[in-house]
Amino acid sequence: MTTATTPNQTQLLTTGQTGRAARARTRRPLRVSRVIYSALAIVIALGWVFPVYWMINSSLLPNRTLQSFIPTFFPVNGSLNNYANTLADGTFFSALGISLSVTLIAVFFCLLFAFLAAVAISRFRFKGRKSFVLAVLIVQMLPAEGLFIAQYKMVASVGLLNSVIGLSVIYTAAVVPFTIWMLRGFVAGIPADLEEAAMVDGLSRTQAFLRITFPLLAPGLVASGVFAFLQAWNEFTVALVLLPAEAMQTLPLWLRGFIQASATRETDWGQVMAASTLVAVPVIIFFLIVQGRMTSGLVSGAVKG
Amino acid sequence: MSSTVATAPEKAAQKDRQVAKPRRRLPTPYLLLIPSVVILLIGMGYPLIWQTITSFQKFGLSQQFGQPAPFVGFENYLSLATNPDMWGVVVRSLVFMAVTAFITLAIGLLLAVLMTAVGKVVRLTLQISLLLAWAMPVVAAMTVWIWLFDRRRGVVNYLLDMIPGVEMNRFAWLENPFTFFMVACIIVVWMSVPFVAFSVYAGLTQVSDEVLEAAQLDGASAWQRLSFIIMPMIRPVIAIVLLLQLIWDLRVFTQITMLQDAGSRAAEFDLLGTYIYKLGAGSQDFGMASAVSIFVLLLTVAISWYYVRSLLKEDEQS
Repeated sequence: MTTATTPNQTQLLTTGQTGRAARARTRRPLRVSRVIYSALAIVIALGWVFPVYWMINSSLLPNRTLQSFIPTFFPVNGSLNNYANTLADGTFFSALGISLSVTLIAVFFCLLFAFLAAVAISRFRFKGRKSFVLAVLIVQMLPAEGLFIAQYKMVASVGLLNSVIGLSVIYTAAVVPFTIWMLRGFVAGIPADLEEAAMVDGLSRTQAFLRITFPLLAPGLVASGVFAFLQAWNEFTVALVLLPAEAMQTLPLWLRGFIQASATRETDWGQVMAASTLVAVPVIIFFLIVQGRMTSGLVSGAVKG
Repeated sequence: MSSTVATAPEKAAQKDRQVAKPRRRLPTPYLLLIPSVVILLIGMGYPLIWQTITSFQKFGLSQQFGQPAPFVGFENYLSLATNPDMWGVVVRSLVFMAVTAFITLAIGLLLAVLMTAVGKVVRLTLQISLLLAWAMPVVAAMTVWIWLFDRRRGVVNYLLDMIPGVEMNRFAWLENPFTFFMVACIIVVWMSVPFVAFSVYAGLTQVSDEVLEAAQLDGASAWQRLSFIIMPMIRPVIAIVLLLQLIWDLRVFTQITMLQDAGSRAAEFDLLGTYIYKLGAGSQDFGMASAVSIFVLLLTVAISWYYVRSLLKEDEQS
């Protein structure tokens, strides 16, 4: 950086006059184009968020209003009736319970296992380390579509179809690779010197780790945990295969079943949108918490060049 | 590294490291890896091996009821290679993947550049709107889009119908394969552009203003600055983002399944994911389903190889 700025500044000093002139020349058209760009950006922003808005808007409108040929763009006479009707039969809560148990089990074990593995690959140099990292990276790319038939067969053969355990095991395995990769960055970011200094001061290796490194890792664990949570919470493909019974549904399956059941009659879009909002809002809130880290996690290094 | 003459403290440090090394040879790292390796072997490894074996077997309905599965060599793969359905699915999947990924990348790039060209408030507005779209769970997003494209009361048909001369009232988007995949493409692009835009924008903010200003003073036009300074600096980000998009657009099972729920389940609406699902869960032909799955996995590994390699390189540097 410094090498880039120094000649630059000297150049600015020597050619100060022309520089100012050049800038004055570019300023006026810049202003006009800036207004156009801003307007364009606002229009795109509104267009992009429209489906999300439409979901909430429709969820507040009675079905009679939605049946009209002219859409209602603002929920002026809106009510929460659709939500009440959606929640009335209790299937939402049983799906919520199943989603929560599957996801929490998967996140807990995923974090535990990934944390140990991340410590191993970022704190130790050992034979097979490189192959392990390579395997983790490749497994992370494998699509659920390429394995779900075999996973179905395996889970069915041990009698765990329609069970929380069967799905949790597959989810843990599916999410562990990315979590290892994400946590590895956090563990590597904490200098080993800190631990060593604590050990010089008389702590054992385990104590040093628990008292020094672990607290520093907490934000990383939270971020990775939320990310794992989102992946398991939103998963549809594997859940569809491993939970064929109607009584055992995670929230994504429940939402799909909801729209399917509704479609046999005239679709009650108000209720479907209320159901979608119920599924989406908690996820959106969680997502906003970890968003920044997700971008940097996926393309880390590429930006640095 | 550059100096060949080691000073006394350096030598001591080297000695230290030599002493330290054997201690690190303890099996600790292997113990730490056991849980992850075991869960990966159960959840991924075993199914992968079973699937590879099954793809060389005749494994149909009678095998589901306990008949032994005879080995048939490459017969499953051969019958796939001569099956026009399979070719249709493969071509459709690849075209869908490529078209969707490139449209996503193009729009994402434009939005990232747009973010740099506007003031802070406008940029935040755009970013929040993109974030909300990005955060939507896939299934919820699908229900909303199916509602938007509903033939009778959908907003899309209503708005298009308002354009003079366009007759879109009750147009059934999901009943014709071309418009079906157009809708799928629009939805996937809507979901994936935010990630591209944010990644590229992060890359663009790394390009220093001083360099750009210097180039401008030296008479470089906006186009020259873009193609000779900005593009080379953000090329690695673009490469990785494009690769991830390609891989992600190959796995659109959820989106296609939900659209098929609302439209038609006929074979010409299938991509690889739904095709495997129909072979396995529908026809109970696990041999063929496994063979297609292996094909999908190989395709994914082939596409992701560059990404994995670049991440590995970065890992070595850190």
